[in-house]
Amino acid sequence: MSEQNSVAFVATESIPPSPPPANQTGVVKWLRENLFSNWQSSLLTLVSLYLIYVILSTFLPWVLNGVWTTSSLTECREVLEGRFGACFSVLTERWNQLLFGFNYPSDQYWRPTLAFVFMLIAIAPVLFFDLPRKMLAFTVAYPFVAFWLIWGGTIMAPIVAFLGCAAAAFVFGAYGKNNFALGFIGAIVAAFAVWIIGTMLIPDGANEGAWLEHVPSRDLGGFMLNMMLGVTCVSLSIPLGIALALGRQSNMPLIKGMCVIFIEFVRGVPLITLLFVASVMLSYFFPPDANVDLFVRVVIMMTLFSAAYVAEVIRGGLAALPKGQYEAADSLGLDYPQAMRLIILPQALKISIPGIVNVAVGLFKDTTLVSVISLFDLVGMIRGPILGGSAEWNGVYWELWGFAALLFFVVCYGISQYSQWLERRLATDHH
Amino acid sequence: MSTLTDPPKDNFRLSMLFNDTRYRSLTFQAIAAILVALSIFYLGSNLLTNLEEAGLNISFAFFQNPAGYDINQRLVEYSSQSSHGRAALVGALNTLLVAFLACITATIFGVVAGVLRLSKNWLISKLMAVYVEIFRNIPVLIWIIIIFTIMTAVMPAPRAFRGDDATASMLLDMFAFTNRGVYIPMPYFEHGLFASAQGNWLLVIAGLIGSFFGARAINRWAAAKQEATGERPKTLLPLLAVWFVPLIVLMFVLGLAWELPALKGFNFKGGIKVGGPLIALWFALSIYTGAFIAENVRAGIQAVSKGQTEAAAALGLRPSRVMNLVVLPQALRVIIPPLISHYLNITKNSSLAIVVGYADITATLGGITLNQTGRAIECVLLLMAFYLTVSLVTSLVMNFYNASVKLKER
Repeated sequence: MSEQNSVAFVATESIPPSPPPANQTGVVKWLRENLFSNWQSSLLTLVSLYLIYVILSTFLPWVLNGVWTTSSLTECREVLEGRFGACFSVLTERWNQLLFGFNYPSDQYWRPTLAFVFMLIAIAPVLFFDLPRKMLAFTVAYPFVAFWLIWGGTIMAPIVAFLGCAAAAFVFGAYGKNNFALGFIGAIVAAFAVWIIGTMLIPDGANEGAWLEHVPSRDLGGFMLNMMLGVTCVSLSIPLGIALALGRQSNMPLIKGMCVIFIEFVRGVPLITLLFVASVMLSYFFPPDANVDLFVRVVIMMTLFSAAYVAEVIRGGLAALPKGQYEAADSLGLDYPQAMRLIILPQALKISIPGIVNVAVGLFKDTTLVSVISLFDLVGMIRGPILGGSAEWNGVYWELWGFAALLFFVVCYGISQYSQWLERRLATDHH
Repeated sequence: MSTLTDPPKDNFRLSMLFNDTRYRSLTFQAIAAILVALSIFYLGSNLLTNLEEAGLNISFAFFQNPAGYDINQRLVEYSSQSSHGRAALVGALNTLLVAFLACITATIFGVVAGVLRLSKNWLISKLMAVYVEIFRNIPVLIWIIIIFTIMTAVMPAPRAFRGDDATASMLLDMFAFTNRGVYIPMPYFEHGLFASAQGNWLLVIAGLIGSFFGARAINRWAAAKQEATGERPKTLLPLLAVWFVPLIVLMFVLGLAWELPALKGFNFKGGIKVGGPLIALWFALSIYTGAFIAENVRAGIQAVSKGQTEAAAALGLRPSRVMNLVVLPQALRVIIPPLISHYLNITKNSSLAIVVGYADITATLGGITLNQTGRAIECVLLLMAFYLTVSLVTSLVMNFYNASVKLKER
C-alpha cells in the first residue's frame, strides 16, 4: 500500500469535458462564422439587416392594414382614415375579372374552374411517374374535355376531333411498327378524313341550344388566358421541337437547311413581332373566307416561337450523347425511327428536361405579351378595364401588380422546383 | 467463302425510292421541297387575293411620307414633319441605346449578385438567392410596368420643386428626379476646336482610343520584359498617366463645363433629360436579366474545380492573382456563351418598350407608323429584319470574343 501512496498523484478518473468557450459554440459560433467573420462581412450583414428592416417596416403595415371589403378606392381611403394600408378590395371585387376576363358569362365560371381542376388531374401522371399509368387515359381525353368545357357549344366538335385523333392513333399502331413513314402519313390522312367527314355531319347552328352555352374566343381573358396559352403552346411545341431538332441533326441538306433557317429566324426576332404577325399579318395568308380567330392565330405563332427554343434545347441533348449510342443502335440493325425512339431520344430528352422546363417557364411568362395586341389576359385586364377603365379603382397600382406578380411567381417557382426534383429523381449515375 | 462481291446491279424499281437507303433521303428531300413549295404557293396566292380584295399592294414608298407624330426621346434630329423612314431610324437608335445600356448594367448586377451569392456570409447569399428567384420568376413585362409606375406615381412632379415650401429638392443641386424623367447635368465645351459639338466629342473619343492603344503598348512592353528577365516592371503609374493625362489636357483645352438643369416655369430646363420610360425599361431589363446572369456567373465560378484554386495557392500566387489568372479565365469559358444569349434577350425584350411609351423601333415602325399607314406586311417584315440583323451581328461579335477565350485544343 505504501508503495502505491508514494506516487504523488494518480488521477483515477478522467476530468469531465468542459464546455467549449462561449464564442466557439452554438448560435454565437454560427453568427461569428457566417455573419461576422471579418469587418467587410460584418458591414455587409449590418447593411442588409437595415435594408430588410426598411422593406419590412413599410411592407408589413401596408399589408396588415389592408382593406378587403370596400367597393372603391375612395371608400378604402375612408376606412383607412389616413393610415398607411393597402386596398385589397380591388382583388375581392374584381376577382372573377382577374381570373376569367370581363366577358366570360358570369354564371358559367364553374366551367373554366372545373377545367383547371381537371388539368391538375390530367397533368399529374405526366409529372409524377409513381402514379398509376391508367390515369394517362384521362390525360389523353383531357384536351377535348377542356375544349368543350371552356368554349362550350355542341359536343359534336370535341367528339369529332377526338375520333380523328383516335383514327390516326389506330392507323399508326397498325402500320407504324413496320414502316414508320407509311404509318405516319397514313395517320395524318386518316385524321383529316375523319375531321372533314365529321365537320360535314355537324349541322349549322349546332351551337345554339347546346348543353353548354357557346363562349366565343374573344370573351376569354384574365389569368385563365395565360394558363390556356401557356399549357397549349408548351404541349404543342414539344413534339414540334423534337421534329425540328432531329431535322437540324439530319444529314439531308435540304431538310437540315430548312430547319436551321426556321430556328435561327424565330430565335432572332422578339416574340412581340411574331404576335404582330398574328394580329395584323397572318389573316392575309389565310383563304379570304376563312375567319380564324385571334386566339388560334396567337397559339400558332407562340407554338412556333417556343418550338424553336425547345428544338435548340433538344439539339443540345442530342449532341451531349456519346457517339457510341448512335453506333450501338446502328449495329443492332435498328432503322432510323427505331433507333431514335428506343435509344437516342429517351436519353437525349432526359438530358434536356431542365432546359425544356426553362423554355416552358419563359413561355408562360411571355404569355403576358398578348396584352400588347389587345387580348385581355391578366396584365391586359389590369392595364385596361381595371386601372384604366374604371373610376372606382383608378390608382390602385401596387395591390394589382403585386397580385399579378405573386400569381406568376407561385406558378413559375413551382415549376422550377419540380424540375429540380425531377432532375434528382432521374439521375441514374451514382456519385 | 468469299462475300466480297460487287453490289448486285439491279434494275431500278420504283419501290427502291423508299426501301433503298441510297435513294431514300433524296425521295424525302424531294417530298419536303414539293410540300414547302406548295405551301408557299398557297400562302402567296392567298396573300395576293387578299391584297387585291383590300385594294392594297406591297410598296415601301410610304417611307418618304411625313410621319406626323412627335418623338420625345431621340438621338438624332427629328420633327413631326420628318418622314416615316426617319421615325424608324430614331426608333432603331433608341432600341440600340436602351439595349446597350441595359447590357452593361445587367452584367454589373449579374456579376455582383452571382459573386455575392457564393459569399461565405449566410445572410448575403440568402438575400441574393431571394433576388434571383423573385426576378427570374415574374414576367419582365410586369417588372417594366411596376418600375414605370414607380417613376410616374411616386416621383414628385416638377412643381413640387418650386417655391419656398418645396416638398422635393434636387440631389446635390445637380440631379432632379421628377415624374417626367430624370434631369442630369450636360457636359459641353466652352471653347471647342470645332464649331459643332459632335466634332469636339469625336476628338475626345479619338483621344480615348489613343490612350487605349498606348496602354496596350505598355502592357506588351511589360510582358516582353517579363518574358526576357522574369521581372515584371511596375506599370501602374505609366498606365494611369496614359489614360488620364491626355483626357485632362483635352478637357482643359476644350474648356469642359456643365450645364445644370434648373426649374424654369412649370418644368426643368437645361441639362440632359432622361425620360421616365427609358429609365423604367433600362432598369427593369437590367435587373431582370441580371438575375439570370447571376445564376450563370455562379455556375461558372462553381465549375472551376477547387483543385485549381488550391494548386494556384500552392504555387504561391496571391489571392487576387489566383482569381485573375486561374479562376476567372476558366469561369469565363462557362459564362460567356449563356451571356451572349442574355444580351440577345435584352435586345429582343427591349421591344416591350411599347407598353411604357418609349419610342423604340417596335413603337415607331411597328406601332404608330403601322397604324397610320395600315401597311402591316411591310412594317412587320422590316421590324423582323431589323431585329434579325441585330441578333446576328451581336452573336457574330460575341462568338469572336468567345473563340478568343475558349480552351485552345491542339
